[in-house]
Amino acid sequence: MNQASQRRWQRPPFIESSLLRWGLITGGVLFLVVSIGTMEVNWERVAAGLPRAERFLSSFFPPDFTSKSSAIWDGIVESLWMTVVSTVIGILLSIPVGLGAARNLSPRYVYLVSRGILALSRTFPEIIIALFAVKLFGFGPFAGIIALSIGSIGFYGKLLAEDIEDMDPVQAESVKATGASWFQWLNYAVQPQVMPRMIGLAMYRFDINFRESAVLGIVGAGGIGATLLTSFDRYEFSTSAAILLIIIGIVMAVEYSSGYIRKWIQ
Amino acid sequence: MLRLQNLTKQYKTGDIALKDINLEVPDSQVMALIGPSGAGKSTLIRCVNRLVEPTSGSVHLNDVEVSSLGQNQLRKARRRMGMIFQEYALVERLSVMENVLSGRLGYVSFWRSYFRKFPQSDIDEAFRLLERVGLDHMADKRADELSGGQRQRVGICRALIQDPELLLIDEPTASLDPKTSRQIMRLICELCQERKLSAIINIHDVLLAQMFAKRIVGLQLGEVVYDGPPGDLTADVLTTIYGEEDWEATIEATKDLDEDEADVIAAAEKVLPKPDAAS
Repeated sequence: MNQASQRRWQRPPFIESSLLRWGLITGGVLFLVVSIGTMEVNWERVAAGLPRAERFLSSFFPPDFTSKSSAIWDGIVESLWMTVVSTVIGILLSIPVGLGAARNLSPRYVYLVSRGILALSRTFPEIIIALFAVKLFGFGPFAGIIALSIGSIGFYGKLLAEDIEDMDPVQAESVKATGASWFQWLNYAVQPQVMPRMIGLAMYRFDINFRESAVLGIVGAGGIGATLLTSFDRYEFSTSAAILLIIIGIVMAVEYSSGYIRKWIQ
Repeated sequence: MLRLQNLTKQYKTGDIALKDINLEVPDSQVMALIGPSGAGKSTLIRCVNRLVEPTSGSVHLNDVEVSSLGQNQLRKARRRMGMIFQEYALVERLSVMENVLSGRLGYVSFWRSYFRKFPQSDIDEAFRLLERVGLDHMADKRADELSGGQRQRVGICRALIQDPELLLIDEPTASLDPKTSRQIMRLICELCQERKLSAIINIHDVLLAQMFAKRIVGLQLGEVVYDGPPGDLTADVLTTIYGEEDWEATIEATKDLDEDEADVIAAAEKVLPKPDAAS
């Protein structure tokens, strides 16, 4: 036997110290066991709830599209309108912030300020911003648009900045070397590299804003949510079912069309 | 004429990429810059158009001191320095034509370039150049649909449409096969001759450098260690540039080139249109 065939190899462990490694593993397992053990599940109540759930769900069928059709229609149109307006406003506002938040584009102080704006606008969920907006501007879709726009800035700006940071620096360098101005450079070197992904994300944000708009109605910020809540309050579950089906249909339509648009733009 | 005086570049990490470089490139001279990886070749040509800011020293292009220009003046100066890159560096999602026309960005206003409304003279020139390199039928193809050699030719068009006085060429053949490499080098040299351009070509293929350049500069750890004609590159010189190695084979191959050359030219001419066919 020669020496070379005796050399053994093992992948180096992720955590070097074996004490720390096994400590973390046992700690994690203990935590899991304890937290499952202390979870109080009252199985009798679960058992009693099951037939109730069945009755509750069966009252959703058949979905009733007709008897409240004008209220449903108004709510859906208002939701879609809020979605379009807030997505457009949010994206337009997020472009300068996103450019500022890209480390490879902006000087340090612009970067820090832009990242601050992005972090701030993502701190609160849309529903909480909507609560504020309703207090400030009164009930109605305007409050919802404000809330969704602010939410969109945080989402879209952050992803735009990250996509710009990931771009190919050589392509960017080559356009800079021609003597292009900063805006020409953005248009010729940066935009083509980030555009397909950003269009996909715009569709995704549209989708999120539409779903959020169904929730915002609950705090009085306009949209289909108000109609949905009313139908629940009046035990008109078949109308609720109709609204939910329409929401699902629209979200699916957005999903499929975004797939097509992305393939076409690629 | 390009003149580098006491050019030094020290990166933030402390690495000294260039040490006190003094170099002159006269008009219409094609100079090859050879040296091992990390010798500072890329840094040197990027200091000329200030994609990398030199730490000290000066760069003069004719009467303009490039190294002390403000941003606006620098953009104007960059228009006269065409750059060709190792991995072609075309904007992949733009068309061939857009990539070529991007060489005119320094000359047109933002809105004209935004709506792709370039002056007719620019478009004529773009087609003339594409025809010259045999790619005019590809004008509306996307850049990422092209092969390596085709992409590099588009890169050459982009540099030339700037109407440069100087070409800065960074490893033009590093990602090409041997035959395409020769074709591209030949094309670059022909175009330099046609247009009376001076050029700095970074290249690590010693054979190619000797074949095509009239002057060779050897760079080692940021310092010029050789500056002379290709014929004087002896085994000793190559050892000072690259370190100890058996260089006899390389030198032998260079001698054979004279006989071999004729075949290569014949092969290249079949693929590339002749210079006089374009004018």
